[in-house]
Amino acid sequence: MTPGLHHYLIVSALLFSLGLLGVVARRNLFVIYMGLELMLNASNLALVAFSRYHNNLNGQVMVFFVITVAAAEVAVGLALLVALYRKRQTAHVEDLTSLKL
Amino acid sequence: MPQFTDLFFYALAGLTLLFGFLTVLNPLSRSPVTSAMFLVLTILCMAGLFVLLHAFFLAAVQILVYAGAVMVVFLFVIMLLDLKADQRRHFNKIAVGLGGLSALAIAGTLVASIVTTIPVSQTAGRLAEGETKALGRLLFESHILPFEILSVLLLVAMVGAILITKKDLR
Repeated sequence: MTPGLHHYLIVSALLFSLGLLGVVARRNLFVIYMGLELMLNASNLALVAFSRYHNNLNGQVMVFFVITVAAAEVAVGLALLVALYRKRQTAHVEDLTSLKL
Repeated sequence: MPQFTDLFFYALAGLTLLFGFLTVLNPLSRSPVTSAMFLVLTILCMAGLFVLLHAFFLAAVQILVYAGAVMVVFLFVIMLLDLKADQRRHFNKIAVGLGGLSALAIAGTLVASIVTTIPVSQTAGRLAEGETKALGRLLFESHILPFEILSVLLLVAMVGAILITKKDLR
């Protein structure tokens, strides 16, 4: 069966839920970050598939912007992680409970 | 007879999902370095899917920016911080169960809505010649303002990252 728009969208939906699984199930901040990246990539795949099947290049421009913003987000997020590690010597969310009552 | 590109799609889609799963829940290793390596493989397979969708420029950007720059920063920070203590911890069973449940719920909702709303017979339209050229024209003609704002955002992120990681803020 020739893959159509819905094949790509289903792959994108499954990849998005895998990213969500990483964010919810894992306790390591780095892996949570990677889950976020997976979710961003899944939405990129959906945008490119829509742009291809509707013959409209605006979707690809959007993906270009998303990739750039994700790169900026990774830089700032990892800087925050480094600052956090300097203070607490951990990258594990269960050790970061100072806001808990 | 199925075409080669169809086989490529199924192979790449399967590999993307397999590597994505190994990124988030690798049964053999809890090390973030392993996760990062599998994320690189996921991203490479997604670049292959982009090529199948005729988005050649984005496939190149995906490999250069994601698999190159972003993942190098990830690995650099992971290796900079010594995370040996984290690897001895086991998966939190409740968290994995609830996470799997929520992921299944989201996946079920999305797949059901896709299957019921997208017509199966939808085929790809004719492509404009020289798609990368058309993309560049679109980017620099009608989307020039967001493009410039994005460059400011990158500058802000760069300065912010340097400032946040400084030892003593003064």
